[in-house]
Amino acid sequence: MQRAISAVTRRLVILIPYGWLLFFFLIPFLIVLRISMSTSAVAMPPYTPVFDWSEGWARIRSALSELSFDNYVWLAGDPLYLNAYLSSLWIALVSTALTLLIAYPMAYGMAKAPTTLRPTLVMLVILPFWTSFLIRVYAWIGILKPEGLFNQFLLSMGVIREPLIILNTNWAIYIGIVYCYLPFMVLPLYSALEKMDHSLTEAALDLGCTPIQAFWRVTFPLSLPGVIAGCLLVFIPAVGEFVIPDLLGGSETLMIGRTLWNEFNGNRDWPVSSAVAVVLLLLLVVPIMLFQTAQARAERAEREGR
Amino acid sequence: MKSLGIFRRSFAPWADPNAKPFISFRNVTKRFGDFTAVDNLSLDIYTREFFALLGGSGCGKSTLLRMLAGFEQPTSGEIMLDGQSLSGIPPYRRPVNMMFQSYALFPHMSVEKNIAFGLKQDGMPKTEIAERVAQMLKLVKLEAFAARKPHQLSGGQRQRVALARSLAKRPKVLLLDEPLGALDKKLREETQFELMDLQYELGLTFVVVTHDQEEAMTMSDRIAVMSHGRVIQVATPAEIYEAPNSRFVAEFIGDVNMIEGKVALEDGRSILRTAEGISVALPETLAEGQSVALAVRPEKLKVSRQQPEGAGVHAMRGEIWDIAYFGDMTVFHVKLPSGKIVKASSLNATRGVEDPFGYDEQIWVSFEPQAGIVLKG
Ligand SMILES: Nc1ncnc2c1ncn2[C@@H]1O[C@H](COP(=O)(O)OP(=O)(O)O)[C@@H](O)[C@H]1O
Ligand SMILES: [Mg+2]
Repeated sequence: MQRAISAVTRRLVILIPYGWLLFFFLIPFLIVLRISMSTSAVAMPPYTPVFDWSEGWARIRSALSELSFDNYVWLAGDPLYLNAYLSSLWIALVSTALTLLIAYPMAYGMAKAPTTLRPTLVMLVILPFWTSFLIRVYAWIGILKPEGLFNQFLLSMGVIREPLIILNTNWAIYIGIVYCYLPFMVLPLYSALEKMDHSLTEAALDLGCTPIQAFWRVTFPLSLPGVIAGCLLVFIPAVGEFVIPDLLGGSETLMIGRTLWNEFNGNRDWPVSSAVAVVLLLLLVVPIMLFQTAQARAERAEREGR
Repeated sequence: MKSLGIFRRSFAPWADPNAKPFISFRNVTKRFGDFTAVDNLSLDIYTREFFALLGGSGCGKSTLLRMLAGFEQPTSGEIMLDGQSLSGIPPYRRPVNMMFQSYALFPHMSVEKNIAFGLKQDGMPKTEIAERVAQMLKLVKLEAFAARKPHQLSGGQRQRVALARSLAKRPKVLLLDEPLGALDKKLREETQFELMDLQYELGLTFVVVTHDQEEAMTMSDRIAVMSHGRVIQVATPAEIYEAPNSRFVAEFIGDVNMIEGKVALEDGRSILRTAEGISVALPETLAEGQSVALAVRPEKLKVSRQQPEGAGVHAMRGEIWDIAYFGDMTVFHVKLPSGKIVKASSLNATRGVEDPFGYDEQIWVSFEPQAGIVLKG
């Protein structure tokens, strides 16, 4: 009896995450998928066909037959969308690389700091989250605009004569993404570096490595799970990022998040914007799967390593 | 001190006044903040010696080894290797290699890659590396495991990989920090002899850290007994056991009976008188009334029914209080009239005895005149 109850509870406990995924991921995805296969209409909701469950099975069947892949064909035919996808991937890639370059030394420094200081440093890394994301991005406008803090500082130092044009360029987007997503890179790197056995570095030194060689042959390869986790945590949301390119990027900046926004709110074309979203999701599923296999492999290695 | 004859040693450079030490610690002190881990320590180690640093946990053994490897810098003093000062030389330029207490195998590399690590770093040609790695794998009998990752090995196998890796570069000195600490007793004993054979065959100098006195006794040519960052005694295992220079060493190594006494004067010479009525002439003149102990190892105490005879034999009455049977030997706990309990062990060389001793039996315990060691400190 006892055992039967515990088996049931275990099933229930396992059901919770599956239920969560079903209700908050799979069902919304299916709705978006279905809208992406509809046709835009001046109506409420702004697409047809609409499933009307009250009119019986035959009506549903005919509605289903009205669904089509026309929107996808259209997406493929318009180079705007392809360019937006490619440019998003490129911007996300560059931003992720820059974030890694900045975050790695930070995480390394944190992991090497005295044990008593480390919680404070972790605290400082996540401190920006306590302010609204939007406000922080707006603040960057104040810093980066031609008469902003950054240019005034450089002018007063005599480094430049003319203000630099940073705002409304891709550089402003890179800065914004690097700044906003830095903690997502620092934290997995820090956790990978912090648990690394210091005697491994000593063993490398003992076997003839200079400190820099020891870093590249031992420390860095062992921190790769952290590097991969951090890169995916930055890259995936950066591809679909909308707020940062909208506020900091120029009018000619093409990013898929912005295109989607325009289709949805400007053109009120729900079916096309849904198709854009579905393709974006498919583009991102690949890196997500990579991330998960890497994670699983790291966990397995760790378990067996103990 | 004259060398004690337990077995003949053909290798004893420390006894040769012309021999030059290979490693010298000269007044080395290491402080961590206010804490002194190594305290003004001087020590000489010779080429091809199997040298053990023995002491309780936290006495500074690892710190001493790490200073030799270059991971810690002495606060003061100097370490010499082959006549050259090591100060300022980073670990990667010292001709020593270390086998780490935790093994410190690189988890992302196979056994083969771990062993080849130092050779690759030195830019050795690929074919030579392969040759040397194969040789090392054979040496530690791990040929079949070359492609495995460290986490796929047992503790004993990891220990061998660590050993092979530290030997691959053919260092002049191999430093071993508790090399057998993680192995179970049986494997430990086997490995001790393998290490000794290896050291002898390769003609290397080994400095090994251990807190296990049996291990140190078994493996090493000489032992430095350490306490609180100082060396208390440096000597061969036999000298450490049979002629400890202090109570600390006598009690740290093996079992010992400390028979306490006071210095008395007799015919103008200092003698030691114990509460049990034993008097022993002292080799030097000491202040009257000073507390001195006579250390006697259990196997040197003899239990008998008859009062033992013989010139100078020290005998005491006693009562058998406890008997501990170990198979190979039996240890009698004998209560002396003063209330002190001494241990006397006897080897069970025959299968059973005709008339064995029993509990509460009144007996004699005795020892030969030279069996006792007089200890002041
Ligand atoms: N890096 C360090 N910082 C502070 N104290 C240390 C450090 N390394 C060792 N110690 C201290 O020095 C003492 C000796 O350490 P160690 O040489 O490791 O002892 P053991 O003889 O057990 O190998 C210990 O009390 C230890 O706490
Ligand atoms: Mg130690």
